[in-house]
Amino acid sequence: MIRTLLRRDLARLLGPNQGGAMLPVLFFLAVAVIYPFAVGADAALLARTGGGVIWVAALLAAILPLDRLIEPDLERGLFDQWALRGISEEAAVAVRVLSHWLSFGPPLMLAALPAGALLGLSGTSLRTVELGLLAGTPGLAALSVTVAAITAGLRGGAALGGLLIIPLGVPLLIFGAGSLSAGGESGLALTAAVSMVLMAIAPFAGGAAVRGARS
Amino acid sequence: MQGADTAARIVADDLACRRGDRVLFRGLSFTLQPGEALQVSGANGVGKSSLLRLVAGLARPFTGTIRHRGTIGLVDERPALDPELPLAAALAFWTRLDGGASLPLEALGLTDLLDVPVRYLSTGQRKRAAMARLIGQDAAIWLLDEPLNGLDTDAVRLVEALTAAHCAAGGIALIASHQPFTLAGLTQLALADYAA
Repeated sequence: MIRTLLRRDLARLLGPNQGGAMLPVLFFLAVAVIYPFAVGADAALLARTGGGVIWVAALLAAILPLDRLIEPDLERGLFDQWALRGISEEAAVAVRVLSHWLSFGPPLMLAALPAGALLGLSGTSLRTVELGLLAGTPGLAALSVTVAAITAGLRGGAALGGLLIIPLGVPLLIFGAGSLSAGGESGLALTAAVSMVLMAIAPFAGGAAVRGARS
Repeated sequence: MQGADTAARIVADDLACRRGDRVLFRGLSFTLQPGEALQVSGANGVGKSSLLRLVAGLARPFTGTIRHRGTIGLVDERPALDPELPLAAALAFWTRLDGGASLPLEALGLTDLLDVPVRYLSTGQRKRAAMARLIGQDAAIWLLDEPLNGLDTDAVRLVEALTAAHCAAGGIALIASHQPFTLAGLTQLALADYAA
């Protein structure tokens, strides 16, 4: 049952008809490309600030898919049909977090390679960025799904969701980007810790939000 | 009487339903036993759909209790089929979830539409697809919300026949419709009589 849900979720999030899976990745790359235009071609400055830019870009890229994570299924009655079959909102949301991470995290980590090269990051920095994204993107995915569930059905929900995600994503940003500074290795562990908290909350907060959106 | 304990049933006791700050109906009690069908009728906004959602457990009654035994299948205005997928793939998702029963596609006139993306289907075709999904679910209790909307006369007769077969096999049907629904032994409930 979980497998069936996961398969459909992935097909929807990655499917050619949605055209949305690539969008956050392209947006993420575009930020890395335009940043040197804005601050100039000072290689030392780019290498020093590039890791932070990648983290900001990742956080902003998480906003793009918000409106298609929960709302379409809520509107089309899929959550109702699942509830009738004994599939709780919590389970459906947990599966959604996993499928959203699969369609969002690894592509972003892949795109961080050319982005890091464009910004002239050193090998060690790039490695820290990749490890940080590995630790942080699951939390970002969980946060996105939670916020998408909370704002589903509201007018202008997607815009409100963007505003909600930025402050709530700040801990990930602080620890993730902080791990890049000298002696900041513990930042990776803290990023993973924040991720786990967000992942633990997401099914319950998201499930409750889906139930609340019904009435 | 072992069988009676596991048989499907719906028991509603002194139900009241509220939407927003308005009470739609109150004091509604009914019992449905296996093989019985009940049509809830009334004007728009009288609370027919809300009653079905109460029975399905998707909404909570304002007062009173609603209990049911047996699995519930719901067909409402949303077919719950992915609009971008061809009909066959959209139905296959539910077939996998519901345990793989074969669907009466031929009888529902859906065989020629299997390649068509759901978003290109007409209202009546979507309704028939939703009926196929419902039959695949093999639920003991059918909740049909305006099942005849958008259907041509042949399809109306088909849905009526499918419902009759479901009840004959010991199922329960609760139909919310303002249109006449032809079914042997169908009891009527005018929801307006319970308006608050």
